Parts: sequence; structure tokens; C-alpha cells
Amino acid sequence: MFYIDCPHCGRRPEDEFAYGGQAHVAYPADPSALSDQEWAQYLFYRDNPKGSYRERWVHSAGCRKWFNAVRDTHTYEISSTYLGAPELTDAPEGVTT
Amino acid sequence: MGQRELPEHPSFLWHNPDPKPSYDVVIVGGGGHGLATAYYLAKNHGITNVAVLERGWLAGGNMARNTTIIRSNYLWDESAAIYEHSLKLWEGLEEDLGYDIFFSQRGVLNLAHTLQDVRDSVRRVEANRLNGVDAEWVTPEQVKELCPIINIGQDIRYPVMGGTYQPRAGIAKHDWVAWAYARRASELGVDLIQNCEVTGFTMDGDRVTGVRTNRGDIKAGRVALAAAGHTSTLTEMAGFRVPIQSHPLQALVSELHEIIHPTVVMSNHVHVYVSQAHKGELVMGAGVDTYNGYGQRGSFHVIEHQMSAAVELFPAFARAHLLRTWGGIVDVTLDASPIVGLTPVEGMYIDCGWGTGGFKAVPGAGFALAHTIAHDEPHDLNRPFALDRFVTGALIDEHGAAAVAH
Repeated sequence: MFYIDCPHCGRRPEDEFAYGGQAHVAYPADPSALSDQEWAQYLFYRDNPKGSYRERWVHSAGCRKWFNAVRDTHTYEISSTYLGAPELTDAPEGVTT
Repeated sequence: MGQRELPEHPSFLWHNPDPKPSYDVVIVGGGGHGLATAYYLAKNHGITNVAVLERGWLAGGNMARNTTIIRSNYLWDESAAIYEHSLKLWEGLEEDLGYDIFFSQRGVLNLAHTLQDVRDSVRRVEANRLNGVDAEWVTPEQVKELCPIINIGQDIRYPVMGGTYQPRAGIAKHDWVAWAYARRASELGVDLIQNCEVTGFTMDGDRVTGVRTNRGDIKAGRVALAAAGHTSTLTEMAGFRVPIQSHPLQALVSELHEIIHPTVVMSNHVHVYVSQAHKGELVMGAGVDTYNGYGQRGSFHVIEHQMSAAVELFPAFARAHLLRTWGGIVDVTLDASPIVGLTPVEGMYIDCGWGTGGFKAVPGAGFALAHTIAHDEPHDLNRPFALDRFVTGALIDEHGAAAVAH
């Protein structure tokens, strides 16, 4: 069990949250223009690093809002949480990973 | 069912050589899959100039962390074929390897707790039968006969509505399985090299020519990756991606008890699976932690959730003491089926994506991967499990039979 800083509610135990996978994966602007290979990348392929990872969480048992976190997938340490829409392809300025 | 006596431990298991400068085949990962692949390369294909590289100690990853359940009752034809082939190999394994692995065909019950579970289970039983896999639908009363310690009453959150039963399924002693493969592979000339971490690959154009390790560069005609949860970190170094997410999967054992649990019980819906090891520990597994993780540990609330389900189903467990919990890192794909075959890199092969169910596949995966390496072409058993199915769309959705929700 670890704790997560919800940008709205503050520090809460992990089991109040649900996981949403990799952050900043935008829906393709023109899906029909993609090749099968590119569509597969969008549908099935996500980064899977051992180390720093930007990912989505939702505070399901709290404010029920989505946000992003930067977490180390080896130590499980969360270095920051921040708001940001999923269509952003990268973290906003000022968020360091 | 009585407790089996442990046989004498052999005085010698395998050589512990330094790496040679070059091999015909280098297998990355010294767990069950890597060791079985090496054994079948030597035995079935006469390829013995082989090294198995293990970054820690032999069989110290998921092979030492799983709950040892073996079964073949998967839904789709492709899965039934490879898992049933694996089960048939298990049935002859003690004789083939000349080593006692405590393979015990005590049957597996997969419980149904909802109407949808019942429908899915009956469908799976019929599909299994068409594929020659032994399977039957059992009523709650039959569940109780097969496993008298189960609570089939209506007084729990998800009462037992029946289940599927595969009598030929069972368990084996996982570390002995690894040692059995390692010993035979070593006898046949395979170099088993521990504390040897792969740090990169040497390439000539699109072709792999060797591996870089913390013990120096090793040339290789062909390279196979059998690193389970850490596969992505290897393919990243090799320049291609795999559609895998790595998650912690936790398991636990109780202290030793008299033999009270005669079979293996799995419940997809309430997230618990339990058997009793030969020595008497109750061995249980939980669902995966939902976040990506490589820490070989998960979160305590997942264990709590699983224990509360276990105690409802098996009231006798309420007084058992937890002895030990641990986590392994499983390589989960989007269709809950493995990836075994060729890669975009010439001369490089992968065996990964077995997710939460890799142990049962040790013989079958090793058999198929060895064929794939030897012929530079997949065996019919693993042809459907190619990496390119995520592009063609020919997925093999086994979420219903995979037993651990992910």
C-alpha cells in the first residue's frame, strides 16, 4: 500500500484510487488515416519501463476525478501528481520526471 | 490422499561454467521456460552449444514465486492445443527427466458464482470436450463432494453456483521442475550461467549477433528471450516493442496443516485460487495489482481482499496463520494469451506474455520455442501466438479462462 497525493483531496491511501495506465496517449487525430501497424500501436502498445512512468489515476473513492502521476515502477515512489487532459501528448511545463 | 515422502536429493545437479565467447543459441532467462527450451533444443533438435543466461540465480524469478497450478481447460482451439500439449508433456515428465517433480493430478475446480460465470463455464466445458480436453460441469453438491471444505451455502456474498472440473489438472513442485530440466540440460551440454545480466545486444543490420552482459560480450547465432515480466526491458534494448504491461502478482502460504484440501480450487470471480502443497502449506494466489510494477512486491490490500474471499469460501481457513507473502512480476498482454515466436530482429525469438499462467506452460512453451529456434519458423502450436496478431487482429481472447483477472 502506498499513498497518492490527489491534486484535489490531498494525500490518500492507494486503495481509494483506480489505475488508468500510461498518461498522454492521445486519440489519433485521423484514425482512418492510420496503417494497421499504427492502429495496433495505438490500441495495444504502451510503454512498460522499469523506472519513471507517467500514468493516469482516478480518485474513485474521493473526488472521482482523473489526474496524472509520475511514479517509479521499480521503487513505486511517486515523485509528483498533476492535472492534465489525456489529449496532451506530453506533461505540461514545470512537471519533471 | 497421503503425503508423499521426499526422495533423496541428488548430490550433483548442474555445472556452473563461465560463459564461452560464442554459442549457437543464447537463451536469456534461466527460469522454467528458458531451461525447458534449452532441454528440448538439445533433446529434440540436437542443438547443444547453448547457453542459458540468468541475471540472478536459476529459477529464482517467477518460477520460485508461482502457485504451481497445471491445467489445459482454455476456451479457444489455439490455446487448448498448446496447453493440452503441455499437460501431456507434464504427464510424462518425471520419466522423461528421470527426476521426481511431485506432479500430482488432483484435478482443478474453476468455480462459478454468477449466472454469467455459469454460462461461460458451460460453454468452456463444451469447447474443451471438442478439443479432447477432459472437462465437466459440476453442480454445487458435486463441488462439495470433490472438495468437502468448501462452503456451498447461500450465506456468502457470492455463493457457489457450480464449477468446471478438469480431473487431469493438478500441481507440481516448482523448484524441482526447474532443477530437473536444469540437470538434464546440463548433462546434454548446455551451459547454465547464473549472475549474468544481459545489458544489450550486438547487431549486424537487422540480425542479432550476440549479447552484451555484465560478464562480457557473448556471440550468438540465435538469441531467445524468455524473461517473463522483464521482457519489455530486453526488447527495448533490441529496438522493438511488445504489447506487454508488467504487473505484480502476489501469492502467499499458510503454516503447515494436515492434508485437508484434496484438489485445486480457483475462483475467477472472487479472486482466489488455492491448493495444499505436499508438505501441508495452503498455497494461495491473489489478483494482480492493477498498476505497472517491477518491484516484486504488491500492495497489502490486494492480499486482504483475496484472504477475505478465501475465508468465505473455506471457513476452516479463518484460523490458519499466514506464513509468508511475496510477489512476482507477470507480463500481461491485452488478450491474455502469450507471444511465442519470431520478432522483427532476425535470429531473435520471444517467449513472453504468459501473464499469470506461465508455470503450467513450461514444457509446452519450451517445446514450441525450441522448435521455433531450431527451424527459424514457429511450430504449429505457437504459430497463432505470433507477435503480429496485434496488427492482423487475430487475437486469442482468453480472459475467461485465464483465471486471474487483469
